Amino acid sequence: MLYRETGQFKTSYSADQAIFPIFQDRMFILGWLIVAFIAVPLMASEYWFQIILIPFLVFSLATLGLNILVGYCGQISLGTGGFMAVGAFSAYKLATNVPELNIIFVILISGLITALVGILFGLPSLRIKGFYLAVATLAAQFFLIWMFNKFGWFVNYSPSGSIAIPPMEIFGVMVTSAKADPVARYYLALGFTVVLALLAKNLVRGPTGRAWMAIRDMDIAAEIIGIKPLATKLKAFAVSSFFIGVAGALYFSAWSGTAESDAFDINLSFNILFMVIIGGLGSVVGSFMGAAFIVLLPIFLTNLFVGELGFSALTAKHLEITIFGALIIFFLAVEPHGLARMWQVTKEKLRIWPFPH
Amino acid sequence: MKLSKFLLGTASALALSGSLVVTDMAVAQEILVPSLVYRTGAYAPNGVPLANGIADYFALLNARDGGIGGVKIKVEECETGYKTPVGVECYEALKAKGAVAFSPFSTGITYQLIPKATQDKIPIFSMGYGRTSAADGSVFKWVFNFPTTYWSQASAVIKYFGDRAGGMDKLKGKKIVHIYHNSAYGKEANPTLEILAKKLGFNLTLLAVDHPGQEQKSTWLQVRRIKPDYIFMSGWGVMNQVAIKEAASINFPMENFLGNWWSGTESDTIPGGAGANGYTSTNFHSVGANFSALNDIKKYVYDAGNGAGKKERIGEVLYNRGIVNSVFVAEAIRVAQKKFGVKQVTGEQVRYGFENLNMDAARWKELGLGGFMGNVKVTCKDHEGGGGVVFIQKWDASGKKWDRVGSAKGYTPMRDVVRPLVEADAAAFAKENGITPRDCS
Amino acid sequence: MEMLNAVFVAPFVDMFTYPAFFVEVLLGGLTAGVMYSLVALGFVLIFKASGVFNFAQGVLALFAALTLVGLMTGTIPFSQNSMSALALPIWLAVIATGGVMVGLAYAIERVVLRPLVNQEEIIMFMSTIGLAFVLEGVGDMMWGSDVKALDVGIPSGSFEVNGVLVQVFDLWAAGIAAVMVAFLAVFFQKTKIGRALRAVADDHQAALSVGIPLKTIWVAVWSVAGLVALVAGIMWGSKSGVQFSLSLIALKALPVLILGGFTSIPGAIIGGLIIGVGEKVAEVYWGPLVNGAIENWFAYVLALLFLMFRPQGLFGEKIIERI
Repeated sequence: MLYRETGQFKTSYSADQAIFPIFQDRMFILGWLIVAFIAVPLMASEYWFQIILIPFLVFSLATLGLNILVGYCGQISLGTGGFMAVGAFSAYKLATNVPELNIIFVILISGLITALVGILFGLPSLRIKGFYLAVATLAAQFFLIWMFNKFGWFVNYSPSGSIAIPPMEIFGVMVTSAKADPVARYYLALGFTVVLALLAKNLVRGPTGRAWMAIRDMDIAAEIIGIKPLATKLKAFAVSSFFIGVAGALYFSAWSGTAESDAFDINLSFNILFMVIIGGLGSVVGSFMGAAFIVLLPIFLTNLFVGELGFSALTAKHLEITIFGALIIFFLAVEPHGLARMWQVTKEKLRIWPFPH
Repeated sequence: MKLSKFLLGTASALALSGSLVVTDMAVAQEILVPSLVYRTGAYAPNGVPLANGIADYFALLNARDGGIGGVKIKVEECETGYKTPVGVECYEALKAKGAVAFSPFSTGITYQLIPKATQDKIPIFSMGYGRTSAADGSVFKWVFNFPTTYWSQASAVIKYFGDRAGGMDKLKGKKIVHIYHNSAYGKEANPTLEILAKKLGFNLTLLAVDHPGQEQKSTWLQVRRIKPDYIFMSGWGVMNQVAIKEAASINFPMENFLGNWWSGTESDTIPGGAGANGYTSTNFHSVGANFSALNDIKKYVYDAGNGAGKKERIGEVLYNRGIVNSVFVAEAIRVAQKKFGVKQVTGEQVRYGFENLNMDAARWKELGLGGFMGNVKVTCKDHEGGGGVVFIQKWDASGKKWDRVGSAKGYTPMRDVVRPLVEADAAAFAKENGITPRDCS
Repeated sequence: MEMLNAVFVAPFVDMFTYPAFFVEVLLGGLTAGVMYSLVALGFVLIFKASGVFNFAQGVLALFAALTLVGLMTGTIPFSQNSMSALALPIWLAVIATGGVMVGLAYAIERVVLRPLVNQEEIIMFMSTIGLAFVLEGVGDMMWGSDVKALDVGIPSGSFEVNGVLVQVFDLWAAGIAAVMVAFLAVFFQKTKIGRALRAVADDHQAALSVGIPLKTIWVAVWSVAGLVALVAGIMWGSKSGVQFSLSLIALKALPVLILGGFTSIPGAIIGGLIIGVGEKVAEVYWGPLVNGAIENWFAYVLALLFLMFRPQGLFGEKIIERI
């Protein structure tokens, strides 16, 4: 009843080709956008912005990027942390060396640079598959982090190798560095995330996305029906790295404000892969759900154990690690297709509600 | 179905927990001192004694003196696992509860917190780690890194090597290797060493070891080849234990192998067994439990069953370092209380306390820590507190204890070399971030 | 020109001018490689028999070493206190730890693997990371996070042969690895359960249809991997003390794994040796050109180079793709 697409007739091609062809979906997205753009900034505290909302947006974007590669194109990558570092360090170099450049372009160019690096490290995917490729992408991870750590040029020769974003403005409003209002930094992250998410949604339903999925399902078969594996895979690496690079630039400029290469270590790569899998492989909305889950769960557990139950910080941490691991196993066992699949089931239920069948 | 119910429960619980973060404001007559600790993760062996020392000293003040100036101190631990983003999360959560000063105990977290704390007007006290150029108080108003810094330490180390060689001029042509943890922390000493190498004419080789440092074969092969006269190490965690074992197995003379003050703890040397005998490290305070304040901790805290750790571990290197950290924070609170005539101090007032600390021998003695460490006098300009004194300690494997060696008075840093570097780096930071240095005269 | 010389000529000149040192570097690489192989073997065993890329192998080694030290010192789990009366002699502690690892294998099969049968590879992979978190938390809670000295009586020290320094510990490590591989070879080739394992590895369905109990096999293979983890934990733990960082040795085994192939036991050994020698030679002779610490990524790049020519690793089963 609530979610019924019958009776919604398309009378024009443009209506048929809309990103969200179903009325309820449009309303749903619109509702979320209103919440995100208007309600949240009115209600959230600084703690919420800094600890939950901004990291959630940044990680959603990175998850979306990785999901394009893993979920849509079927190429497992463990180099996400390294690519995010490329985004962050590019943003730093651009912001400090070309101070007149607007922060929006800084972030976009950082994404493009990351895309180039992604193409470079995507080349072996033509020959190497599956877990061999996954481990091979670790070469990118370790090499990139080593490079940023080693060469002073990337950090403007700061002796500690740590970078800090200078204060930057959009239309006179300061949006980066600790001096900026958290709301402004939130809007910066939100703007990029929303635009890129719509872009991704659009991309995966078109010819590009279909080619990716064909490669994912069986690359030899895809090749036989005329899909070029090289171009398609590299396109996936490029788009995915662009998203991840933008996420890295936002991580640095909108969220943390300072960073060192160690912040983008292999644990970050694993964490984002977790978000992809928990959210659901090959789902845009799942990327958001997965990011929300992995960002919120540890904070929730810590607050529960320390705040509510009064455990010591140590016991709480031990329990948190253990329960986090156990929940992941539990989730994968119960719903291996992730939160996105559960959302789909819910939609099915809403379609026939209130009748059981 | 079950799962969706579970999710619903999770979601509602989440909403609940979100609200509790903000409601928990400290209203009682208590000063909240946050303790960012790492009792888990790769660096837990170092984090545990540190955290115990921090907690025990405040427990002593509460039990023996009824807190500071009549106000109880509430120490709230937040577990970071030595992970930077988690540290920032801890900062935000504890800031909301009214914490008065942060000691991150991680160079990575310190770097993250410097701009934030400056904005929030909460002092950061990074004792002997973190950003060295924060010693310039005119740029880094909210950051303190006394009693001494990595750059000062590096110069004191060279003095010690000079002492061993029989005079600073004898260092010319000597080969010195710096083995460092390949991170912001490990790299800190490099520029100072390079400058001193040029100045004094010794040959310096820098060898990086990547985190975690479990496997150092190639580093020690290079040492075998270079045959250095002295090795200085800025290590952390497992890297130290492995390095000491490797040095022992290539028969490198241990007394020429010197770790920095994060590379000289019991947990670094004990796994090395007899091979670690004679290994030296720097320190800026004393070790051992033979101080009346520490005896008081045993009496008032441990005998009452409130100790954070085990009684027999009081007096370990990092335990005592935790004590020192707490002493400084407590003294800053005391100074602030006196100056502003209030009991419940704020972060801003504690900053004043830090900046006006004057810990001379008499004060240390009053605290029951006579001879524990050098004098510290912080000023507006000098957040390093005078540069401090670096002691050298030597591991006695059979007695399982550290003995002080070298000059009994310790080694003072070469302020004339280090200070200009500090000021130059601080000025560069100020320029990049649009900070106008305040007037300190 | 100078740069070309530094990259392509000088290092080789160096190698020939100081052959004793070069031999020492090679030796160092080989022995480091043996240590990597010890970890990689555990991965291979599990991948071979169940197609699971078990990321928890490093944590298994940590858990085994923690349990061993705990039993040797008589530590009471979850209390961090030890009673010397409970301390077991080494041999008994090793056997008891072996027992614990078998029990753990049983639990893993029951709780993690069985509910996930027939899932995609990446799902299984992620669940082993979840398992790693659980073991990490539980291990820390049970045995505490101090660095624990582990001494099972492997001698240390070194001697020189013609100017080449040889470390006794490394020789032992090589010897133990050799014994272990021989043991595994006999186990796989000659025992009934070993043959069943190979059958399962070849084809799950076919093995099931001839009456091989899949569950038992999985418990068996995880037990063996647990024992291999125990050996790796002992060897690595004797070098660095037993502590959390031990679990990170898994990262050192991954390049070995792709170079040797996920499914080959000899591959794990040869791969380890190639990686060990490759990274040490690169670090010592070429590392100084770029300020060093290149070995971590160099291992992966080296493995990647091999993969470009053999996408299934040196000894991996050939990947045959059909429509």
